[in-house]
Order: sequence, then structure tokens, then C-alpha cells
Amino acid sequence: MAIEWYIVLSAMLFTIGFIGVLIRRNPVVILLCLELMLSAGALSMLAFSRMHGDQDGQIMVLIVLVVAACEVVVGLGIVVAMFRRRLPLDVDEMKELEG
Amino acid sequence: MVEVAFFAGAIGAIGGAIAVVALRNPFYSVLALVVHLVFLAGIFLLLRAQFLAAAQIVIYAGAVMVIYVFVAAYVGGIEEPMFDSSPQLKIIGPILAVALFIEISIAVLGSSLTALGTEGTDKIEAGFGTPEGIGKLMLEDYLIAFEAASILLLIAAVAAIVLAGRKRESKAS
Repeated sequence: MAIEWYIVLSAMLFTIGFIGVLIRRNPVVILLCLELMLSAGALSMLAFSRMHGDQDGQIMVLIVLVVAACEVVVGLGIVVAMFRRRLPLDVDEMKELEG
Repeated sequence: MVEVAFFAGAIGAIGGAIAVVALRNPFYSVLALVVHLVFLAGIFLLLRAQFLAAAQIVIYAGAVMVIYVFVAAYVGGIEEPMFDSSPQLKIIGPILAVALFIEISIAVLGSSLTALGTEGTDKIEAGFGTPEGIGKLMLEDYLIAFEAASILLLIAAVAAIVLAGRKRESKAS
């Protein structure tokens, strides 16, 4: 398989995640769509790593995995805190920070 | 053979991704993401990233998704009305996304990277993508990134406890 197939697949997955972030309103689902976008990025990095025969890209993906885990922990912590304070779990309703 | 594996993995991964976005119940979205990640791990294997494919399944599809399942169950299945976001976003969102996809495709396919059309270099060292190769690289060349990642994980764990933990002032006072 040519490398460009992997890149196009990665672009499609990124686009689907992007649509999800834009049109969904539940913060849990928005975090899931962020995961989609991160894994699409990981796929393209692995494809380029294979293209050059260099393992550095794989290290990068591993670090992205760790950062994604941190993002999940903090994001879901915020969701749980929102739920505890009886705030609506809907990002359209959370507009106190709106400029 | 590689083509069959790639397209099977690609269809599974895209189907899982669409299901994440389209399913109404967040609980089912989480399960769809697990399907997506498992198929994506298969594609990682085709790219000779054995260690990362295993890490993807164990860490992502295993550990991280368990947190998601717990939170989705705790918060409860809020059935949000399908695509009931603000109407302008409903139209502009997909248009923006398709524009983004076209832009990425033009940027990638029109680039002067001739190696994109090949299967990648033939000169692959012996331990490429194995736990041995990754571990050696991680602990020799990228030790600082490794340590920074461990500190970041610690900070995130503390942050989660601070954010989601119960308030204790009422008991103290």
C-alpha cells in the first residue's frame, strides 16, 4: 500500500472528528471526537515514520498517547464537576466565558 | 493481501468514527470508539508499529475507554436531540469540515514528496517498531520526553482528583 492511502485515511478520520466537535453538544462526545482527531494525527505520523524508516515518529505517537490520556483525565474531571454542580451537560448552555 | 487488510481496517475505522459522531447515546459512542481504535490498531500493524498497536489496544481501548464508560454511566445517558445544535453551526460545520478535508488532500497529494507514492523505504532496521526498538530509543535518545510525560501524568492525576473530588470544607468547619 502506498503511503498516501494512509494519509488520506488519516485526513478522513480527522475530518469526521472535526465534524463531531462542531455539531455535537455533549461534552463527553466532544472529548471522544477529540480522541478521533488525535488518533488520526497518530496514524499520519506512523505513516511518515514508515515512509522514512525512522522510529522517531513512533516515539512521538507514544508521547501523544500520554498527552491524550492526561487530556481525558482532566476533561472528564471537568465533566464530573459540571454534573456535581447540577450544571447542564451541554456546551451551548455553558456560555459564562462568552466574550 | 495487504490491500485487503488495509481496506478492511479502513472501513472499520471510518465506520467506527462515523458511529461515534452519529450515535445519540454517549454510551454507545464510547463503544463505537473502541471499535474504531481496534481497527486502527490493525492499520498500525500494517505500518510496522507493533508496539504501538499493542499499546493502542491496551491503553486506549482498554484503560482510557473504561474511564469514559464510567463517566458516561455516571453522568447518565443524556439523549441529546439528534444534531440539534444551533442551526447555523449545523450547516457551516460540515461545510468547514469538507473544506478542511479537501485542503489536506490537496496539500498531501500535491506535495513534492515523491516517497508518498511508494510503500516506504526498504531500508528498515531489524527492531523497527518492536518494544525493543522503541524502548531503546525512548530511554536513550528521548529520556527527557519520557520523564516529562511521567510528570505530566502525575499532574493530570492530581488535577482530576482536585476537579472531581468531593468538597471537604463542610466537614472541616
